[in-house]
Amino acid sequence: MKKYILIVCGLLLTTQVLADPVVTFKFDTPEREALFHKLGNELRCLVCQNQSIADSNAGLAKDLRTEIYEMIEAGKSESQIIDFMVARYGDYVLYRPPFKLQTALLWLGPMLVFLLGVFFALKLIRGQRKVPADTEISASERARLHDLQAQSRDLK
Amino acid sequence: MPLIVFMLLVVVLAIGLTLNPRLVPSPLIGKPAPQFELPLLNGNGVLTQETFKGNVTLLNVWASWCFACRQEHEAIKWLANKGVRVIGFNYKDQVADATQWLHDLGNPYTAVISDLDGRAGIEWGVYGAPETFIIDHRGIIRDKRIGPVDEVYIRERLMPLLEQLHKEMQASTG
Repeated sequence: MKKYILIVCGLLLTTQVLADPVVTFKFDTPEREALFHKLGNELRCLVCQNQSIADSNAGLAKDLRTEIYEMIEAGKSESQIIDFMVARYGDYVLYRPPFKLQTALLWLGPMLVFLLGVFFALKLIRGQRKVPADTEISASERARLHDLQAQSRDLK
Repeated sequence: MPLIVFMLLVVVLAIGLTLNPRLVPSPLIGKPAPQFELPLLNGNGVLTQETFKGNVTLLNVWASWCFACRQEHEAIKWLANKGVRVIGFNYKDQVADATQWLHDLGNPYTAVISDLDGRAGIEWGVYGAPETFIIDHRGIIRDKRIGPVDEVYIRERLMPLLEQLHKEMQASTG
């Protein structure tokens, strides 16, 4: 069993080295390299939409990495590069699109659903808290309860 | 009440599921065509964005490696036969492959520009082939079709738009 756990752990580690698409780029300063990684992870690859530009091996993602690399080496700032991408591909390339009318539902939707959930949860809890009005038991019921309690004591 | 909420959720999710996430709206619509200077596929010179001035043009992004382009080619030929000015934008292709493709399937294009490394494609926000831009006589991008141009698109969107753009052109030139 231990052996299998070790094998599984080893396999989990291997995913880390599967792809490092950045190896071909050399940067003048570590800050530029950091910016490159940051942008690569914040921009969506449009061909394979659940991957970032940094992760994807699609041809377009490679082209865009080159484009970003060259812009960084040309001294462009983060916002200049993001503007460049948005001007061509729209807000869609951003994993964190700006808040505006078209994206309002995207940003507020989860909050709305959450509030709805809270509303219904509260309603449900309130409903359960209402205790039935008739809590009194009759004399015969009391006697039966007494008997049952006595029996349960006998069992112990 | 929970039933109503559930129904609403179903409606919202149903809309979400039927939308095609590959259709990313282009921010370039309503903007001037990006600047470019690309060689013609046949080697006879270059073309720039100036080519759009004074003409209503379709810019059809295609490649010999693109299967859907083959599919749409008949529609492009049909449009060219109708007198529509179509310029081919050969995207990330090899000159020899592209030339052979046109030789085999027919060449409906007024001109074909070749973007071998896809650099100009980025300027146009191209993220696959086929894509088709509809550009008015002032060089403004008016619509973008992502995926093959088909009968439905031609009938319901392209033809009315081309008619409108031609009217705009006539109105401006008098």
